[in-house]
Amino acid sequence: MEFGPHLVLALLEGSITAAVLALTAAGLAIVFGILRVVNVAHGEFFMLGAVIAWFVTTTLADVFGASPAVGFACAAIIAPLTTGLIAMLTDKLVLSRINYDPERTIVATIGLLYVLQQLTLMSFGPDARPVEAPFNTRIALPWPELGPNGWALSWPWGFGTTTYKLFVIVAAASVLVSLWLLLKHTRIGLIMRATEQDRDMATAFGVRVNRVYSRVFGLGAALAALGAVLVVPIQQAHYLMGGDPLLLSFIVVIIGGLGSVSGTVLAAVIIGLTDGIVSVFFSATLAKIIATVAVALVLVFRPQGLLGHRAP
Amino acid sequence: MTDRNSTTDDTAATLTSGSRRRALKTLAGGAGGLAATGALPGLSGYVQAQSAEPIRIGFQVHRTGIGAAYGRWYDRTTQAAVARINAEGGINGRPVEIIAEDDGTDPKRGAEVIEKFVNRHECDVGFGTLFSHVVIGSSPRAGELKLPYFVVSEGHHVASGMLNRYTLQPGITDVKSQVQAMAPYVANTLGKKVTMLYADFAFGHDHRDFFSEAIAAQGGEVIARIPIPPTETAFTKYFPKIPRDTDVIYHVMVGPAVLTFVKEMGEFFGPSAPAIFGFVDSLEAVDINSPGLEFLEGSYLWEGYPRYAQADQTEYDKAYREAVGVDDNGASVSDPRDVSTYAHMFGCWETLHVIKDGMQACDYKGPEDRPALIEAVEAMSDIPHSVAHPQGDKVFNGKTHQVFGHQYISRVQQGRLDVVHTTSIEDTLYEDEVDYTTQAL
Repeated sequence: MEFGPHLVLALLEGSITAAVLALTAAGLAIVFGILRVVNVAHGEFFMLGAVIAWFVTTTLADVFGASPAVGFACAAIIAPLTTGLIAMLTDKLVLSRINYDPERTIVATIGLLYVLQQLTLMSFGPDARPVEAPFNTRIALPWPELGPNGWALSWPWGFGTTTYKLFVIVAAASVLVSLWLLLKHTRIGLIMRATEQDRDMATAFGVRVNRVYSRVFGLGAALAALGAVLVVPIQQAHYLMGGDPLLLSFIVVIIGGLGSVSGTVLAAVIIGLTDGIVSVFFSATLAKIIATVAVALVLVFRPQGLLGHRAP
Repeated sequence: MTDRNSTTDDTAATLTSGSRRRALKTLAGGAGGLAATGALPGLSGYVQAQSAEPIRIGFQVHRTGIGAAYGRWYDRTTQAAVARINAEGGINGRPVEIIAEDDGTDPKRGAEVIEKFVNRHECDVGFGTLFSHVVIGSSPRAGELKLPYFVVSEGHHVASGMLNRYTLQPGITDVKSQVQAMAPYVANTLGKKVTMLYADFAFGHDHRDFFSEAIAAQGGEVIARIPIPPTETAFTKYFPKIPRDTDVIYHVMVGPAVLTFVKEMGEFFGPSAPAIFGFVDSLEAVDINSPGLEFLEGSYLWEGYPRYAQADQTEYDKAYREAVGVDDNGASVSDPRDVSTYAHMFGCWETLHVIKDGMQACDYKGPEDRPALIEAVEAMSDIPHSVAHPQGDKVFNGKTHQVFGHQYISRVQQGRLDVVHTTSIEDTLYEDEVDYTTQAL
């Protein structure tokens, strides 16, 4: 493939990775920022989102004969909501009981990871199951080329994308903008930021901190689930699919600055695009190596991350 | 299907506990000195009881992990084959009992499962492994423990001499012979410049190495080799590496995301795809009429055993399909969406019948006869086409522990796979690379 179209294709692939990663990692970032909890089970909430999306679309299609578009729309609401509720339940049952103690929450969420994974294996089974995209038309992309008669458009071989992939990028961006508006311009966001800055002071002002914690944990899980709903028509639902998003989310959150949502989004774009370009031009393994090395470098030379604040 | 399985299990369990009780009774009788009544001493009663003990076959099954779809169907085929063998009187008059252990499609767990078969379950043989990395991880342990280990894997590692005398592959052909038989058809019918997309582990490397050799022998050439990890979930990033002057795409993928792989390949090429030749591994357990796979129409696939019942279907195939519970489209009779791994799972059925024949030939009595069983299987050569071997006749090579058989090339036509070429067994033969019979037992 020629260099120009090849690069654009790499950027497109990278943007999809970045979009889904930004959503998933933003969930991890707000949970860490506000609860100070390192949620190792975050990837499993991602997986639950995909599995519930499969369940919703398949049930609607089988029982009510719903079209893929209707099924997907319902899944996009039901999957994050259910996953969020499951997360809130685990917060009540586990995290709040160990008082959000940093070390113990790590161990507890590792346990949660296995519980969720094995429950899915026992109920959903070990197979990968596809979810049909609501729409999916291949678009052949044009490329300007200088011929004997001046500039003209050509349609290079293999140079294309699908409408659904473009939709994923737009949808993820809109959700992230909404999240930013929620955090910066609403009363809920204000309460969340107050809790993040000083838990005791927030309590003194009448904020019910435990309720905030529970809802933020649910919101974080719902964002991961939404990322999964967007990606599942491209990738299929599988009980082991939570591993990669967890690793990449941690990488992105550390590079972006622990707890900083804007830093996380920036890092997701950088890592997603690098991943796209490196894996298209070189190899997918090299892309993972580069991301991991980047984390090590950030930890050594800029421990607070790109947009994080130094610990006071 | 499930009902029948559980019935089989129950029968086996009853037989086991019944015969154990009988054995204990007889022993107690012997100890009390009450057994010697006339011409029937206690000893012969014990021998008779022991001979009704089931033959225990340890089944290393990929129930979870990336091989789960294969594992499900290997299990069904195995249960069906054992039900048939038991219905016909078992092996040497003893019932067969399957002891299944999940290996998680993981080599390390595979080796542990082998140990469990020997030390905990007292299995007579080990059987059933598909994924090549699990076979390679488990076989050394089987060799050390002297457990006959019958794999159903396709990898060339058995015939290459990499493994040991206790590992055999009598029920399914290996990649080297498969690709060698495919290369002439690919070069003469589809094109000479080939780009390979393959799973990046031992099995895929066999494809890469042996197909490159085989196509070169036909005057063709592999112009690009693109490895893809079997755990990969997104594939579009690999396709731009396909050179523009490719005549033929050769794909062989495994893992849970094969449907995504094929779908994204279609999205990448759009209407201007080169000729596509794949191993059905890329589509095992996947309905070829899934949305997004329309572009496969007219493309070619290797099949170990044709998934769709063909116009010239044999009685043997009919009986085999019925026993396993597979319809004419290769899907489960109880759920048409549950597509089988038809091109591979017959290997379990055929291997179990080879174990039966081997045990009968050496009059197998117990673990002390394991070396005799190896020698009995090594002595086999021509295996005729029959219900026990529904895929076709075969030739077993006792020196390399590998079986050779016919291969099929099918074309996707109107949403079905129709066989367009069947190779001879001679097309698949190659020179021996090892003589396991020279190794100590």
